Amino acid sequence: MSGNPIDRIAQATPPSLANRFRGFSDRTIAWLFVGPSIILLLAVNIFPLIWTINLSFTNFKANRLRDAEYIGFRNYERILTDADTWQSMQATAHFLFWTIFFQVLIGFALAYLINKKFKGNDLWTTIIVFPMMLSPAVVGNFWTFLYQPQIGLFNYVVSFFSGVDPSSFSMIGDVDLAPWSIVIVDTWMWTPFVMLICLAGLRSIPDSIYEAAECDRASKWRQFWTLTVPMVLPFLMLAVLFRGIENFKMFDLVVQLTGGGPGSLTTLTSIDLKREAFEKWRTGYASAYAVILFVTVFGLASIYVKALNKVKER
Amino acid sequence: MSGHSVTEPSNRQKWISGLLVITYAVITIMPLLWIIATGFKSPEDAISYPPKVVFEPSVEGYVNLFTARTRVTPSMEETLPPPDTWYEQIARESGTVIVGPSRYGQRFLNSVIIGFGSTFLSIFFGTLAAYAFSRFRVPIKDDLLFFILSTRMMPPIAVAIPIFLMFRQLGLNDTHLGMILLYTAVNLSLSVWLLKGFIDEIPLEYEEAALIDGYTRFQAFYKVVLPQAATGIASTAIFCLIFAWNEYAFAVLLTSGTAQTAPPFIPTIIGVGGKDWPAVAAGATLFLIPVMIFTILLRKHLLRGITFGAVRK
Repeated sequence: MSGNPIDRIAQATPPSLANRFRGFSDRTIAWLFVGPSIILLLAVNIFPLIWTINLSFTNFKANRLRDAEYIGFRNYERILTDADTWQSMQATAHFLFWTIFFQVLIGFALAYLINKKFKGNDLWTTIIVFPMMLSPAVVGNFWTFLYQPQIGLFNYVVSFFSGVDPSSFSMIGDVDLAPWSIVIVDTWMWTPFVMLICLAGLRSIPDSIYEAAECDRASKWRQFWTLTVPMVLPFLMLAVLFRGIENFKMFDLVVQLTGGGPGSLTTLTSIDLKREAFEKWRTGYASAYAVILFVTVFGLASIYVKALNKVKER
Repeated sequence: MSGHSVTEPSNRQKWISGLLVITYAVITIMPLLWIIATGFKSPEDAISYPPKVVFEPSVEGYVNLFTARTRVTPSMEETLPPPDTWYEQIARESGTVIVGPSRYGQRFLNSVIIGFGSTFLSIFFGTLAAYAFSRFRVPIKDDLLFFILSTRMMPPIAVAIPIFLMFRQLGLNDTHLGMILLYTAVNLSLSVWLLKGFIDEIPLEYEEAALIDGYTRFQAFYKVVLPQAATGIASTAIFCLIFAWNEYAFAVLLTSGTAQTAPPFIPTIIGVGGKDWPAVAAGATLFLIPVMIFTILLRKHLLRGITFGAVRK
């Protein structure tokens, strides 16, 4: 490059443009840059949220022209005293607890094994990660095929190893099995997520700590519980936070897999909400439902983040 | 004890853990391989018992995926002229005639348009915002950043109620523009958080040098920072694309025809008589393969993307 800096800029940009932006202070540029994003988020997130809160106090129905009336907290009262709502909350709790339980267990174990750095671990890690990147609706739909009692691969494999007649059970149709069918597919899909985060945690532990423990003659078992687990815990808790929020919102996978059935056994809150809002068209009622869900997830997440920060500080 | 470092796993440990991980990988990849295989099965092979691992490959599923057919009786079939294309031939063999293209191609194209459109916009706005958050003292910065992240906590169905009403007022229901704007907004949180992380990693000195050389802030941004952030921008873009590509809840509620994307469409594919699993599998295969390729390309940045930049490795 030749010439002084002024020449270089003169070459690089038309003078009018350079002059126009030279006049802007950093502060102006900051707002210019942040502005569009904030406006878009306000329009697509905050404005709708306020609208939802407003609708939640009305008996508005989106498929009727009739004007809505304000009915105070009646929607909230009805939702919280409705047995169906509690049934779907319970289904969601079951789904949340067991998916997180299995994903943490298997995900951590896999990360621990991969961290043994055997040959080709990168390749196998990539293969394990595939399910989580794919469309839950499309994959969930295909799992209904794998779960078919007569012809499905899943039932065939189970019967191959256990000797149970493959047509004697239906993962999606049976009352006892349906809640587990969604847990299995979600675990299959999202275990790699927990695995990846745990792996990052394991890799962040410096070797020197283990060397020091070895000098102190701490057993491998003790090293695992007093070094490995506490060091990975913040990572693990972060993974649980993400999975918790995601599965609280769960819709696509389960709606394609079981459609909420049999009966309403796998009707998670999102599915219940969708029915109220877009099938029964009880817009006001559904809005109140949405507000309750949002407050729940936001509240739980905030409490959890506080706990997470405490663990991190330790 | 052997001579090597205490933290290096022994060969036996490596062997056992490798075996266990590979076993898990093989089990977990099975459903995906089954999707791909089913796409190449004939309808009879697809629903045979026991499930067929070895089968004669057939492209009937793909023909059925891209065409609309109608059943004809053998006597009617005799009156028809002989098939003039290979796919017509395949349809005839199963007693149907092709009456036109299916809607799959158009739904796939919608996914491409909406995916790329929203990715472009969320990267464009996201880069600007991320740069500002990274380099300037923005008032209430932490609150704004948290606000941006919190938009991801809402269940999509909860957001969909007012969006549906809003789109209805504005005539945006079932339009490409509406879906592009919606996905842009949803992806903004991801792109701002990820890109802020990537830009934070670019040393300030480069820009300072440029500013001392007489560059304006704006020039320093697009001549110094943008090229440095190229890898980060590319991987963020792929994450946004994958999200828009996979999204189902908004798509199923807000689109039904002209702007419907593939995820709500693929599960509705049915054959001439009953569910046509090879066609569904063929549609799913074509839809999932691009994401698998992207996953391989992204594997170094995967962790960062899925945790919104919280874990960077």
